[in-house]
Amino acid sequence: MVKPHEYLTYKGRAGQWAWLLHRVTGVGVLLFLLVHIVDTAFIGWGPALYNKAMAVYRMPIFRVGEVLLAGCVLFHALNGVRIILIDFWPETTAAHRKWVYAVGVLFAVIFIPTAIVMLEWVAR
Amino acid sequence: MNGAGRARPESGLELYAWLFMRISGVVLLFMALGHLAIMHLLNNIEVINYNFVAQRYATPFWRTYDLVMLWLALLHGLNGARTLVEDYVSAQGWRAFSLASLYVLGFFFLALGSLVILTFQPVTAP
Repeated sequence: MVKPHEYLTYKGRAGQWAWLLHRVTGVGVLLFLLVHIVDTAFIGWGPALYNKAMAVYRMPIFRVGEVLLAGCVLFHALNGVRIILIDFWPETTAAHRKWVYAVGVLFAVIFIPTAIVMLEWVAR
Repeated sequence: MNGAGRARPESGLELYAWLFMRISGVVLLFMALGHLAIMHLLNNIEVINYNFVAQRYATPFWRTYDLVMLWLALLHGLNGARTLVEDYVSAQGWRAFSLASLYVLGFFFLALGSLVILTFQPVTAP
């Protein structure tokens, strides 16, 4: 069994961090999904309760969390494509570190403008 | 370390689970990112309220979309959590307990989510 500190001291470089981030973002998105199922369920009790629940999501802390969530989903999706690539086309393993960098670059290119649009309310 | 996924299991249920993660992953890439783009870029939390959902759910299209996405995302997430339990919970009793909780919790949320999507009827305008 790997000890917690070994996740930080193990020198697996890019692939190790992609692996760890995939797990962390996966857990994060799953936890939000459970919360999201509950908040959506409130709609069964009518407009008053549901609109109150949505008002909670308009609080600044949740609007920042919303951007974080989008980042988690985006990274998990892009890194997932990289995993599938390595699984089904083993020859891509030869340049495995480059694929991790590609995920990082693509993530930044999509996430930065997305975050700017999603945080537009801060400037208002 | 190349950060690859789990090694492909030889056969049986584990192989199907392994394939499911990859297939649902690709489908969810489009569905979940599409959902995020529609709800958080084209729209935003300031306009999402009861009437917004009522309008969206007036036609079967978005109900079907949400139901398919719910099942794929939850099963994908639960199977991922199962992998984590098998990796990190080594004591046999705790592992059995964690897996059992995961299945019960999973069933509850799958049922609740499906029920909401399938049975929602907007109340007449107040």
